[in-house]
Amino acid sequence: MTGLRGEAAIVGIAELPAEKKQSAPPSFTLDQYARLAKMVIEDAGVDPGVVNGVSTHGIAESTMFAPATLSEYLGLPLDFGDRVDLGGATAAGMVWRAAAAVELGQCDAVLVVMPGSTEIPRSETKPGRTLSWFGASSNNYGSPQAEFEIPYGNVGQNGPYAQIAQRYGHEFGYDAAALARIAVHQRENACAHPGAVFHGKPITVDDVLNSPVIADPIHMLETVMRVQGGAGVLIANADVARASRHRPVWIKGFGEHIRFKTPTYADDLLRTPIARAAERAFAMAGVSRSEVDMASIYDCYTITVLMTLEDAGFCGKGEGMTWLTDHDLTFRGDFPVNTAGGQLSYGQAGMAGGMHHVVDGARQVMGRAGEAQVADCNTAFVTGNGGIMSEQVALILGGDR
Amino acid sequence: MSAPLPEPTPVSQPFWDTLREHRILIQYSPSTSRYVFYPRTLAPGTLADDLEWREIDGAGSLYTFTVAHKPTGPPWAERLPQLLAVVEWDAGPKVSTELVDVEPDDIRIGMRVEPVFVDVPGAGVTLLKYRPAHV
Repeated sequence: MTGLRGEAAIVGIAELPAEKKQSAPPSFTLDQYARLAKMVIEDAGVDPGVVNGVSTHGIAESTMFAPATLSEYLGLPLDFGDRVDLGGATAAGMVWRAAAAVELGQCDAVLVVMPGSTEIPRSETKPGRTLSWFGASSNNYGSPQAEFEIPYGNVGQNGPYAQIAQRYGHEFGYDAAALARIAVHQRENACAHPGAVFHGKPITVDDVLNSPVIADPIHMLETVMRVQGGAGVLIANADVARASRHRPVWIKGFGEHIRFKTPTYADDLLRTPIARAAERAFAMAGVSRSEVDMASIYDCYTITVLMTLEDAGFCGKGEGMTWLTDHDLTFRGDFPVNTAGGQLSYGQAGMAGGMHHVVDGARQVMGRAGEAQVADCNTAFVTGNGGIMSEQVALILGGDR
Repeated sequence: MSAPLPEPTPVSQPFWDTLREHRILIQYSPSTSRYVFYPRTLAPGTLADDLEWREIDGAGSLYTFTVAHKPTGPPWAERLPQLLAVVEWDAGPKVSTELVDVEPDDIRIGMRVEPVFVDVPGAGVTLLKYRPAHV
């Protein structure tokens, strides 16, 4: 099949420690971009002048012309400027687009970094932007959500994800303790990763099940905490990769699939877009599920992890609850998932939450996960998930043997 | 804070106008023999320019739901729990709604439901909510 040849690699990574309350002074997203860019370039050990591509999801200070603004601000002429709008799948979506641009020879190295701090300097003369509670829904005139969702309270993420979980229970049965194990195992991983917001705070299945029900059946400890942070990677061609400091993490396969915005309009709420995306990614990479050494699965809720494991083909449809009770998802376990804690336990730094999984996978393949390192980690499976399991991206990352 | 109300558009006006009369008018694409919701200018999938308005009785089954104990937005802070539901019309499409006249413990996926037309005082708009069907 056509696709990537695995000749573009993640050569540098960066992830800021997750903080509930930011210790550093407020910083414009432009400055956050600059600092993250410096971090990934220095991590790779290459010259900044090698960078001639930028992928961005946007800049708070400028609603348009984001790649050009970044090119100018960073002082880096670009042969590739991209903007990606896939919600929580944006980071994974950026990675394959950057890899494709590199493999085409359009550019040599692409900055794929995502600021994740809302602590931005406020103007004394211009009124501050107030954060809207509409979240990922649009209340603009003419938006389908404004007309047919928001008036009924169908807004935000908790409600629709809980609706998916309810439907799952109706069709396949529901084991709340099995799902709670996802949160517990990821917390154990976070306890081995100093940057995680919940480092040093282990939890039990009972803790999860005794935490308040937010939207039935989802408990508070099955949801993410917003943190201040940021993350990113540098993606480069083989020449740059050879000159870089760490084991290159080749982008060997990807898939992307988009189905709807609001899950009310899903043909089948329980068969998620990752099924098609993962099938393509594995075929492109020529890798089988059994060769995956670790998975970093977008985990806005525990139900998202369960359904991704099923639909990506790691276990049968409807068998995930049993599968979970038979497997250990910690970094020491037989199927390591979200080894830095995932967004459930590392924290979700806004849009950078999707990048957490890319960095998690790359860090493991580079062999730099410290206490949480998975032994002989050569192949990582990474997912991004935007909206309400409405747009999803799968990546296969691999190191040289 | 009151909940945001729908503002009819040139595309959706017939749906909201008839909802005020406590009737449900949605679109139908003859070339695909399928009902369509929400209202559009061209049929989804085929982009056929053949959408026509047809009345349905609004009967359906509960496809899924949740009982939200934390408000999904500030307008619902004093109106908990929210009974957020998706109804699958017998006509085919699914619709987002809220359940009324039911205890949370009595809600079952698959149960038959019937429309409840909720006129919003002073707003000139009617919302389409659902309750268990009287059998």
